[in-house]
Amino acid sequence: MPKEEIMAMLLAGGKGTRLGVLTKNIAKPAVPFGGEYRLIDFPLSNCSNSGITTVGVLTQYKPLILNSYIGSGSSWDLDRNDGGVTVLPPYVKEGGGSWYKGTADAIYQNIEFIDLNDPEYVLILSGDHIYRMDYSEMLAYHKSKNSEVTIGVLEVPWADTNRFGIMNTNEDQKIIEFQEKPEQAKNNLASMGIYIFNWEQLRKYLIAEAEANNDSAGDFGHNIIPTMMDDKINFYAYKFEDYWKDVGTIESYWQAHMDLLGEKPELELQSRNWMIYSVNPNRPPQYLAESAQVNNSLINKGTQVMGKIIDSVLFFGVKIGRDAVVENSVILPNTRIASGAKIKNAIIGSNVIVEKAAQIGQEAANNEITVIGDDEIIPANSNIKAGMVVG
Amino acid sequence: MMMTPVYRKGGRNMNNVMAIINNALNESFLEQLTSHRSLASVPFAARYRLIDFPLSNLVNSGVTNVGILLQTKYRSLMDHIGFGKAWDLDRKKNGLFLLPPSHIYQANTPYKGDLQNFYSNLEYIEKSNQEYVIITSPNVAANIDYRDAFNYHLENNNDITIMYKKINNFRPNTQYSVINTDDNDRVIDMQVDPHQKDYKKVSLQRYIMKKDLLLAIIDSCVSKGKWDFVKNAIIGNLDSLKVYGYPFHSYATIINSINGYYKSNLEILKPSVWQDIFLKNGPIYTKPKDEAPTAYKNGARAQNILAANGCLIEGAVENSVLFRGVKVARGAVVKNSIIMQKSELGKNAHLENVILDKDVKITANKSLKGDINLPMIVAKNTSI
Repeated sequence: MPKEEIMAMLLAGGKGTRLGVLTKNIAKPAVPFGGEYRLIDFPLSNCSNSGITTVGVLTQYKPLILNSYIGSGSSWDLDRNDGGVTVLPPYVKEGGGSWYKGTADAIYQNIEFIDLNDPEYVLILSGDHIYRMDYSEMLAYHKSKNSEVTIGVLEVPWADTNRFGIMNTNEDQKIIEFQEKPEQAKNNLASMGIYIFNWEQLRKYLIAEAEANNDSAGDFGHNIIPTMMDDKINFYAYKFEDYWKDVGTIESYWQAHMDLLGEKPELELQSRNWMIYSVNPNRPPQYLAESAQVNNSLINKGTQVMGKIIDSVLFFGVKIGRDAVVENSVILPNTRIASGAKIKNAIIGSNVIVEKAAQIGQEAANNEITVIGDDEIIPANSNIKAGMVVG
Repeated sequence: MMMTPVYRKGGRNMNNVMAIINNALNESFLEQLTSHRSLASVPFAARYRLIDFPLSNLVNSGVTNVGILLQTKYRSLMDHIGFGKAWDLDRKKNGLFLLPPSHIYQANTPYKGDLQNFYSNLEYIEKSNQEYVIITSPNVAANIDYRDAFNYHLENNNDITIMYKKINNFRPNTQYSVINTDDNDRVIDMQVDPHQKDYKKVSLQRYIMKKDLLLAIIDSCVSKGKWDFVKNAIIGNLDSLKVYGYPFHSYATIINSINGYYKSNLEILKPSVWQDIFLKNGPIYTKPKDEAPTAYKNGARAQNILAANGCLIEGAVENSVLFRGVKVARGAVVKNSIIMQKSELGKNAHLENVILDKDVKITANKSLKGDINLPMIVAKNTSI
C-alpha cells in the first residue's frame, strides 16, 4: 500500500460551553445535528470523501459517547488495514501525562502517533463545523503555491469581522497579516480553523514551543501561528465558497437547522455527490398517522407523528402526539411530545418527555429560542416561557 | 438435577440451535417482483427485504449459526446480506453461511425440489456444532421469539415442532399449508395448498427438530427419489414421528401471492400491526444505507404512511408505503400504493393501488390505477 501523503488530526476535545445544556453530557463534536447526524460526521465524511484515510481524533472532555460513536470508523468507510480512524485521548508517557492544554499542545502530545504514519502533510480540523469540503483540492492548492501553511478562509460580512480571526492577504492570496477578532478589520477573510502544515516543519515548531515555554497555552492561533508568522514562513489563504456554519452557539445551532429547510436549502443533506455518513441507528420506518400534518420539515426514521409539524427537524425515535404542534423547532432523538403540547422556536434535547398540553416558547419573538436539556420532563399543562433554558 | 440425553452439550440454550432459511422456494407467484430477485430479497415494509424478518428473529432468539439455501437469482440477496454484519453474524465462530445450489453444476437433470438444496449442503449441516435446527422460510413476515417454542419442543419430547397460526380469513388465490391437530396439538394432518381449506391452522413454515433427525430424513427421502421438503420430509413423516404444532399469537403474514404481498404491506400501516412487527421482541435488522432524513416540502400532505429515509415529498401521499429515496413531485397524488427504492413521480402524476418496483419513473400528469384486490405492478427501471 502506498504511503499516505496527508493525514488529518481532528480536534474534538472542546467542551462547547456556549452550547449550554446541549453539551451537559457529551463533547461538542458528539452533539446531534440534522435529524440523523452528529457534528463530527461532517469533518469525518469530508475526510472519507476527500480520500484522506488516516485520521486521528483528539478527544478529552466527556469522551465516552464520542469514542463509542466513532468505533472502528466503518461508518465513514475509515476502517482500514493501514491508518483508518484512531481515537487519541491524552495519555501518560515516560515523563508523566497531562491534559491537552490547547489545540497545538494536543498535536504536540501526539507527535509519536503522527510519526508512525510518517505523512508529508498534516491537515488540522475541528469537530464543530457544518460544511462539505474537498480537502484534496486544498492540498493541491497548498502544493501549487509552494505554501508552508495553508489556512482555509471564507468571506464573512464586514460587520462580523470582529468575531473571527481575520487574514489579510495580498493579490496572490498570500497571508501577510493575521488579526484576531479585530475592531478595525482590513479584510473580510475569516479563518475556518482548517490548516494544512508541512509535518516536518510543524513538528519543529511544536517542539520548540513546548520546550521554550512551559506555560504556553499550546494554541495554534495564539502561539504557533504568530511565531511562524514572525519567521516569515509562507502562509496562503485557501478560499472556500460554499455553505459553512460554526454551530458554536444555541442561536447558530438552531439557525443551521433552519438552513436545512425551505425549497432550496442552503445545505442540501439529501445531495448524493458528497454524502454525509453517520452511524445510522437501526429503527423502523417513520409512521405518519391519518391525523398527521407535516410542512417544510425533515423527519427521520423511527418517528411516529400524529400531530402537526411545521418548519422543524425531527431526529430518530421521536413521538409526536395527536393535536401537538411543533413549529420552527429541533427535536433531538427519542423525545416524546404528548398530545396537545405546543412547541415553538425551541431546541428539545434527547430523551425528553413533554407531557400533555405543555406549552414551550409560545410567545417567542423573532429568533428567541427556548432550550430543554436532555432527559428533562416537562409537566402537563406547564408553560415554559420563550427564551428559557431548562436543564 | 436430572440429566437426560436431550440436554447434553449446549442443552436447552439457543446456542445449541442452528438455523436454515430455505430460500429454494417457488417464487413465481410474485411475477415481475421476482423476475430479477429471489423471494428473500423482495423489498417489504418501507425499508426491509423479506429475509430481514426470519434472519432478525433468529438472531434475536440467540441463534448464531444461520445457513441460507440459495437457488436462483441470488445476486441481490448476496448484496443485501454481505457478511451478515447488520445481523451481527460476521463471526469467527458460527455466523452466516450462504449455501449455493451446487447441484446445478453437477447434473444435466432438471431441478427436482428443495431437498436437493439441503442435500447439496449436507456437509455444512453435518459440520455445524449445534444439536438442533430451526428450518424457516423467507416468505413469512413476523416478529417471532423462538425460545418458548424450543422449550416446548424439548419439554414435550417432540420429534418435530411446527409453528402455526390460526386464521379465519384466507386471502384469495394464495397458497397456504394448513394443518390439523388433535386436542394436544399433535399434527394429525397437513396439506399443501388444498383447494378446500378445512383446517384453520396455517403452517408458518418454521420447523424445529434435531439436526441428526433432519439428516436422517434427508437421507431417507433422497434415497427414495423424493425431493420436496414439506410434502416428503414433513408430511411423509407425520405418522411415524411425534410432530406437534406450536401456536403463534402475534401478527404474522404469509406472502404467497401478489395480493398477499400488497395487502401485507398495507396492513403494516395499522398501528397494532406495526407495533407487533417492529416493537415486540427484538428489532428487525436490515442492511444499513446512509440516507438523509425524509424531507416534506411546503404544501406536502402525508397521511397514514410508512416511509423510509431519503424521500422527498412535495405532493400528497396517503395510505401508502414509501421505500428509501422516493420522490413525489408537486401536485402528484399517491393512494394505497407501494413505492420502492428511488422511484420517482413527476408533477401531477396520480397513482392508486399500484406497486412500483425500484427505479421506476412516472412522468408528469400520468395516471395509473389498479384495483384494491389486483394492484397494478410496474417492473423495475420502467419509465412511463
